[in-house]
Amino acid sequence: MNIRKLKDIIAGRLILASAIFSGLLVFIIAAVLYSRSISILSAKSLSELFLGITWLPSQGEFGFYQFILGTIYVTALAMVFAIPLGTLSAIYLAEYAHESMRSKILPLIDMLAGIPPVVYGMFGVLIIVPLVADIARVSGKLGIPGLTAGSYSTGFSLLAGSVVLAIMIFPIIISISYEVLRSVPSEVREASLSLGATRWQTIKHAVIRTALPGLAAAVILGFSRAFGETIAVLMVAGIALNNIPSSVFDAVYPLPALIALNYGEMMSIPLYDSALLLAALILMAIILIFTLTARLILIRMGGAHG
Amino acid sequence: MDRLLEEKFFKLLMLLSLAIVVGSLFMVVTVIVWKGAPVMTISMLTQTSKGGYYLGGTEGGILNAIVGSLYLGFGSMFLALMISLPAALALQKDYIGRTKAAYYIRLSLDILWGIPSIVYGAFGFIVMLYFGVKASLLGGIIVLTLLQMPIMIRAMDEVIRLVPQELKEASYTLGATKLETTAAVVVRQALPGILTAVLLGFGRGIGDAASILLTVNYTDNLPGSLLDSAASLPLAVFFLLSMPSPEVQQRAYASALVLLIIVLALSITSRYLSRRFMKNIIR
Repeated sequence: MNIRKLKDIIAGRLILASAIFSGLLVFIIAAVLYSRSISILSAKSLSELFLGITWLPSQGEFGFYQFILGTIYVTALAMVFAIPLGTLSAIYLAEYAHESMRSKILPLIDMLAGIPPVVYGMFGVLIIVPLVADIARVSGKLGIPGLTAGSYSTGFSLLAGSVVLAIMIFPIIISISYEVLRSVPSEVREASLSLGATRWQTIKHAVIRTALPGLAAAVILGFSRAFGETIAVLMVAGIALNNIPSSVFDAVYPLPALIALNYGEMMSIPLYDSALLLAALILMAIILIFTLTARLILIRMGGAHG
Repeated sequence: MDRLLEEKFFKLLMLLSLAIVVGSLFMVVTVIVWKGAPVMTISMLTQTSKGGYYLGGTEGGILNAIVGSLYLGFGSMFLALMISLPAALALQKDYIGRTKAAYYIRLSLDILWGIPSIVYGAFGFIVMLYFGVKASLLGGIIVLTLLQMPIMIRAMDEVIRLVPQELKEASYTLGATKLETTAAVVVRQALPGILTAVLLGFGRGIGDAASILLTVNYTDNLPGSLLDSAASLPLAVFFLLSMPSPEVQQRAYASALVLLIIVLALSITSRYLSRRFMKNIIR
């Protein structure tokens, strides 16, 4: 066997090994997190962990309820802003915009997708938080439940967190939705237009219907990103322990923030480390399910991201 | 509703949405520049922070954060490239691309892409604990490598897939082995895309805060070795912004602007690279 063949075989094995490692990494991370969460899972019942409302590690109380609820609140409200704005923008870019406008806006959105979360967080602290504090003062007088702060609102709140998250996930939702809409065959549009439908009717009845699974996938990917976002939310969401928000102007304490803020002291209290790693595992499991769903949809649609 | 009126209404609604989206993204950039530009002085960029930020030390700049971030960014980019390029090449049809395994590896990378950086941080933290490594540059570089891997591999995979099969076959016909074909034809053809993927990974790595919060921590000093803790730009923004003294907050503004400039420069560079190298590519 000559040296060239030998090199070829060795290199083949090596690149295969790196591909396999990269494919297994997700399982390695899950296994390691699980192995460290076992001790709290065996010490406490699941209902105690997920429905317990008090978090007092020094007393051995590990109730995740407020953090899970906090994450769901802040993400859900972010989606309320991001879904309509993101999807409508993507439809405009894909269906109405001129090529010249598209070629300016799409690269811009791509570029902005790369801005680090901490920068969005700083924007939130400087602009969104004071704005929310002002809004809270006005809407507090109206007395609508959910829009009246439980106590004086500093602006560091559920609302501020979700606005920052929404801005962060605009680029994700728009770029994936755009790709999906562009992959709808033009025959679909032509058939509808030739029957005398207006452009909007065509979009509403033909294009969106065809692209719906893909648009859903774009939303799910945006959702997963928001769900796991740590730093940007942490900077603006207020973070109050053992407090369930009663309005959008109250502070929230999402799950990722719990991990970020407590890892330093977690070795000193029994089960504390295990509880925090369980938090990471929960986060990973939820996001894994969502991303997997979205990716399978996109693969089935045969889109560019499949 | 009259259908032409409906058309007008929704068109207006869409334009409004786009204006809000683009406007808010513009506003983010404007605010960062507006806050950061006035405090960008030479001493801000060439001095380390002095006196401990938590003690109210107001002297000095953000050199420690810039240096730390460059170490972290380049170190992790290099390591991630070492794993990602071979992995992406293995996903070619000539190797395992046709198998079910390639499908599952791609899927698992897509999932990995979505996993939040705080989870990587927690994972890195326990692994480091297991090996007895304390919060250090090394730990951060490894965690950021893992964070960048799925991004780099999937981005490289997309461009490597586009290399025409005929081109590879031409190389095989001349007697080249798979390795020779891959190195001389595929990598060369896909080079602009590979570089773009690397820059994409670098941008993600240098801007991430949650993962290095747990694995590198933060310090005012410059790192002397891989096992030292280090400062970084994202964590400088995160920690210093909440400090009471305005001088210290200014360092946060400066750090955010430097970070923004780095990320935008990366994006522009990769756009330029792909356009420039595209000329030499056979399609």
